[in-house]
Amino acid sequence: MRSDRQAQGALATGLQAAPADLESGGVLRRRQSETSGSAWETVRLAALQLFMTVLVITFLVPTFWMISSSLKVSTEVFAHPIVWLPQDPHWNNYVKAFQLLPLTRFIYNTLIIVLFAVLGTVISSALVAYSFARISWPGRNFWFGLLLATMMLPDVVTLVPRFLIFKNLKWIDTWLPLIIPYWGGIGAIYVFLMRQFFRGIPMELEDAAEIDGASRIRVLIQILLPLSKPVIATVAVFALLQHYNDFMNPLIYINSMDKWPLALGIRAYNDSYAKNWEVVFAASTVMLTPMVAIFIVAQRYFVQGIAMTGFGGR
Amino acid sequence: MAATTAPSGKRQISKRQLRDWVAGYVFASPFIIGFSVFIAFPMLYSVYLIFVEWDLLSPATFVGFANLAKMFRDPKVNLSLYNSAFYTIFAVPIQLTISFSLALALTQRIRFRDFYRAGFYMPIIVPLVASAVVWQRVLHPEFGILNEALGWFGIAPRMWLFEPSLTKPAFIFMSFWMIGRQMVIFIAGLGNIPDSLKEAASLDGAGAWGQLRYVILPLMTPLIFYNMVIAIINSFQTFVPAMIMTEGGPQDATLFVVLNIYRNAFQYFNMGYASALAWELFVIVVGFTLVQFYLSNRWVYYEEGS
Repeated sequence: MRSDRQAQGALATGLQAAPADLESGGVLRRRQSETSGSAWETVRLAALQLFMTVLVITFLVPTFWMISSSLKVSTEVFAHPIVWLPQDPHWNNYVKAFQLLPLTRFIYNTLIIVLFAVLGTVISSALVAYSFARISWPGRNFWFGLLLATMMLPDVVTLVPRFLIFKNLKWIDTWLPLIIPYWGGIGAIYVFLMRQFFRGIPMELEDAAEIDGASRIRVLIQILLPLSKPVIATVAVFALLQHYNDFMNPLIYINSMDKWPLALGIRAYNDSYAKNWEVVFAASTVMLTPMVAIFIVAQRYFVQGIAMTGFGGR
Repeated sequence: MAATTAPSGKRQISKRQLRDWVAGYVFASPFIIGFSVFIAFPMLYSVYLIFVEWDLLSPATFVGFANLAKMFRDPKVNLSLYNSAFYTIFAVPIQLTISFSLALALTQRIRFRDFYRAGFYMPIIVPLVASAVVWQRVLHPEFGILNEALGWFGIAPRMWLFEPSLTKPAFIFMSFWMIGRQMVIFIAGLGNIPDSLKEAASLDGAGAWGQLRYVILPLMTPLIFYNMVIAIINSFQTFVPAMIMTEGGPQDATLFVVLNIYRNAFQYFNMGYASALAWELFVIVVGFTLVQFYLSNRWVYYEEGS
């Protein structure tokens, strides 16, 4: 487990201000013994507890309402006062959602696009980060500076010219504009995260041998990457979120419905079946479900990554 | 910090160094190529586009400064800037206040903290398109849950997305739902404040408020600053909710900058004009960010040596 702790350490140095030990909550536990359990303190904490409970329920209501409405019949959707839980779950709404538009197709398309975009992000970020972290070469600081500068660049500036470039390449209405750029290591935050992490791993293993290009690849694959699972997971999770969510790029580049990802598909439900709320909600719930599953499985990496970068994949 | 290079005059580059140089460039080549092709070249290209008129059907014609001149006088452009500024100015400070308060509350000695944290974070997991679709209905005048909930307190229903004066406030309200990321960053920062500092403050007679004012807030300024910069950049680029929930309406009340750029480029096919607008946004966002960095010296507390 030594490597895991190193991993945490490396993440913590990523941004000085942000710690990785969110889970420890050391501060809180220690204070517990120090404050006397005065009556006033008890009342204050009980009030806070109550307030937080009300507030968190408020935050969860829109999502809950979406899911519960996806199982209602339309008279329940449009009932006053609001029906919070359907009488019997009306699963047929989902069947309808899959029939009205090619939802299976959207899911498949999303899967392929996201898979290749995330793969490209992870591989290219690892290569570039390795170069910035471990090899000294003239111009390294210049290129690293450029990489950091791109973090502040609003995507919109390159929106029009990129479209024109892809149009010239005849890439319009293909998935290439949604995939290929991400093989170019231009996700600055991902490269930055990985570089910080690599720098936290001791050099001894590599120093021993006279290193040439071929063995560097082996060093990266056989030594560094196996030690870097936490940061790879963080990068993969955020890249996944980014591409799963991406709406504007598909909107601009993909015209044919049979190539749409889910993000465009959901909009189509909203436009074409605006009055069938239950179907729109069912389709939206279908899009939400994998995210919830991933969140439950990989919550640790979400929290770690956000604490490190302030970035949530959007 | 400078990259180690051999003294160039003597030309004593060892074989090993040369190999390092080559390896360095080879491993960094995805970024070098990616940056050149997908960032640097498009940016230069769009500078050129500012000065042309081009609808993609007929060839581009050089128009000089016409796009820029038109841009400053175009009421839609100014309206879109106003809308985005309005949204940003009201949304960001309240977002930061809410997320910071939540973080403070969730570092108190209450139970189920992990559950609360996951709950407040949950909206970030909802895909942006899905959340726009849901909120469009949350805000529905007749069947939405917001008006229903307001009704419990005797507040009359409003036409949230249909009345120009209410649409931006509704969007701002919706943005409070998505503060999970800021909150997690603040929680991380709060967990990092050493106990000894708070104890020292309470020995000096500081109550809870004094600790917050003189210990916690100063130490948190770097993260407040960070969250603020990111939130402003993101707010200025709001697009999906406006595109899906209101299509910029009613009466252009949610015509935000990026939506206006999108329309000019991909609905009206004014490639040149859209590029000019994109550069205007770029200058505003980068200018804003630089000003904030400049002003940050006055209020952001950086620990010595870190």
